[in-house]
Amino acid sequence: MVTVLFDGIAWGTLLFVLAVGLSVTLGLMNFVNLAHGAFAMLGGYVTVVMLNRFGVPFLLCLPAAALAAGAAGVILERTLYRRLYEGASHLDQVLFSIGLVFMAMALADFIMGSQQQIVHMPAFLRGQVRLMPGVEVGAYRLFLIASCGATALVLHFALVRTRFGSRLRAGVDNARTARGLGIDVERVFALTFAAGSALAGLGGALGVEILGLDPTFPVKYMVFFLIVVAVGGSGTVTGPLLASLVLGVCDAAGKYYLPQTGAFIIYAVMVAVLILKPQGLFGRAAAR
Amino acid sequence: MQPLGYQTLREHMRARSAWKPAEYLIWLIPIAAWFVLPTHLSLLSQIAIMGLFALSLDLLLGYAGIVSLGHGAFFGLGAYVAGLLGKYGWGEPLSGLAAAALVAGAFGYVSSFLVLRGTDLTRLMVTLGIALMLSEVANKMHWLTGGADGLQGVAIWPVLGLWRFDLYGRVGYAYAVAVLFVLFLLARRIVHSPFGQSLRAIKQNERRMHALGAPVMRRIVAVCTLSAAYAGVAGALLAQTTQFVSLESIGFGKSADVLIMLVLGGTGRLYGALLGALAFMAMRHVLSGMTPQYWEFWLGAMLVLLVMFARGGIFGLIDVLRARLGWARA
Amino acid sequence: MTAVLETRDLAKNFGGITAANGITLSVNAGARHALIGPNGAGKTTLVNLFTGALRPTRGEILLDGTDITHLPQYRRVKRGLVRTFQVSQLFPGLTPLESVALAIAERKGIAWRWWRPFGREAGLFDEAAQLLDELGLLDCATGPTSRLPYGRQRLIEIALALALKPRVLLLDEPAAGVPRDESVELFSRIASLPRDVTVLLIEHDMDIVFRFAERITVMVNGGVLVDDVPEKVAADPRVREVYLGEAGHG
Repeated sequence: MVTVLFDGIAWGTLLFVLAVGLSVTLGLMNFVNLAHGAFAMLGGYVTVVMLNRFGVPFLLCLPAAALAAGAAGVILERTLYRRLYEGASHLDQVLFSIGLVFMAMALADFIMGSQQQIVHMPAFLRGQVRLMPGVEVGAYRLFLIASCGATALVLHFALVRTRFGSRLRAGVDNARTARGLGIDVERVFALTFAAGSALAGLGGALGVEILGLDPTFPVKYMVFFLIVVAVGGSGTVTGPLLASLVLGVCDAAGKYYLPQTGAFIIYAVMVAVLILKPQGLFGRAAAR
Repeated sequence: MQPLGYQTLREHMRARSAWKPAEYLIWLIPIAAWFVLPTHLSLLSQIAIMGLFALSLDLLLGYAGIVSLGHGAFFGLGAYVAGLLGKYGWGEPLSGLAAAALVAGAFGYVSSFLVLRGTDLTRLMVTLGIALMLSEVANKMHWLTGGADGLQGVAIWPVLGLWRFDLYGRVGYAYAVAVLFVLFLLARRIVHSPFGQSLRAIKQNERRMHALGAPVMRRIVAVCTLSAAYAGVAGALLAQTTQFVSLESIGFGKSADVLIMLVLGGTGRLYGALLGALAFMAMRHVLSGMTPQYWEFWLGAMLVLLVMFARGGIFGLIDVLRARLGWARA
Repeated sequence: MTAVLETRDLAKNFGGITAANGITLSVNAGARHALIGPNGAGKTTLVNLFTGALRPTRGEILLDGTDITHLPQYRRVKRGLVRTFQVSQLFPGLTPLESVALAIAERKGIAWRWWRPFGREAGLFDEAAQLLDELGLLDCATGPTSRLPYGRQRLIEIALALALKPRVLLLDEPAAGVPRDESVELFSRIASLPRDVTVLLIEHDMDIVFRFAERITVMVNGGVLVDDVPEKVAADPRVREVYLGEAGHG
């Protein structure tokens, strides 16, 4: 019971780091980026290569993965994505980003092969940790909760306390007004996109151990990211975080207690939330 | 411009729905293909089937403007209905198609109420969610659908009691093309009818259609149902001609493929769906023959280019070209 | 005089904003009634409540004495309650002829037909052509609507409403953005509508309002300030204050 809950929370916090970037791009730029998972996959592969082939310590791989994904994000945002902010329908964006996903998957397959990648964790992240008598949890999951939780906290404060954060929130509320206030929305967009991609890369790196990594990664987890956004609403940190935790716990519990229904319940919940509360359960409209 | 007489206007409007010479030529292609590519008949029937599937999405997206990322649900549903009928003793093909159309249409009717309101984004995600639910059901109901192994042992009787499905796929091809042609004719009538015109108008300005006294929601429900039934027939055709139903036929991949085909050909013109299916399937055949990754990569690249430079698809490009050359569309 | 369109204590809130605040109003059969008021007074909200595009927070709407508060939009149109839009709502990809013919098809209830080609419903297109002819739009009947000049688009906006043979016509700033000489033409056309058509007009141009209207309702902050004949409204000090106040800001 405690283990399931713990696994769920670990998966949830990881999911948050993976998906929060998508929630921000959707909220800020009104852009449906189905290729978000491709940035996570990039982070994952960077980690695998650095760790397994060059023996770089795992903890160093993480920032490198984030950097790589962030850089890829900047390049693609400046060259391609930004052309589709205006005048492109959501359908166009979906098609475009599916196109990117296909290309990313083919490239990953071509360069890395189609097999599952395995990473060798450092010793301190292996095995079990005893929290209290009788309750043992995976060390890596504890590490996930700690690192992803810290990321969420940093993000929250960055969004609420810093000048960039307030600009970002102004941009989410109304890009035109923000422009009128002299905020360089283009720049805010680009930086946010980069940050979102970097977070995805970090999530991808952290996720290799528990999610596995193969070229189908971007499609396999796409729905989870979308659910986080649909349920959590966009533009806040708390919304997606709560949504991720609920989703993570439900998914873990579902797999454990109701394996025969599979992912059905999660999809059903997503559809129900979308219909009943299009702004998301924890969206800002609800919070007001 | 000269003031137009009423008679001229009347003729102008009548001419809109008339068959153009190029259309007769297009329908000679599948007949010619029979003779030119006799060894590729099973690929050709798949093209016809996917063409019908893309046509079903065109009715929904191209005419009524309802986006969907889950159209594969109806295709898969139709495939399983026809496949299960064949497996459990009723292999009569035409009634199998009818049953598939009914079940898929009924499911389309029910699910249409979920996409009535909401933006494109919610519609995309809701349709995706519904399709994923259905594919998860098909996956988990292993006892009925065969799950990931697919539905095997589908036995289909001869078409009209006369033509037995053969190993070379001759009957399958003729059957698929005939069904496609008949349903195309029906779709063509529908899009040129007042009902079809009202769908186009809903796509262009839903608010105004409300103000014109059109029961917009009912029209959307009607077209969702029709489109789902068409998709169901396409799925059933695949099940019958291949005598097998794979889990893939209901998956996300099918929904994405059909959307890509339609957009590739060009939406809202029926022939775009057919051309898109042809181009997509032909490219896949050639490229994935080299290596599967090739195909995936170039498909992705093509999508990106399409969205960047050619949102009207192939037919859109042809229009632009014709306008450049000064042949304005009549 | 019998009332054809009435509201009783009609209210609409958007979140915390009150756009309509207990409006009780009655428009008589055959009236030439104008609705005026400063920007944000709630005039367009009221039109949207009439047509059913918005649901009221409370209160009721009556058409010919029957409660229509909960009817869907298309049923109200079927009963003869028709509107135009302040910002043209046209079909950019259809021709004016097709658009008007479609409106007629909706009125006649044949827009559900799915077999016979639209273009072969000859009666439809004769009637549409006649209406376009009357509005001087026949020469542009078969070009794309999106390429027409603005003034003509405004006329098509009116044509679409007239095609529905309204009994009550709600005109939301029909002349907005139309050059002066064209707007005169537009209003002469509106003025020549048969008297059994009731017209409720929203308009900012006071010259037009006072030339056209036989009764004027002034709205302020989502409520009715004055409702009277033009002479009384013109003389009312509260109305002067509202408009002078607004002029002072502008």
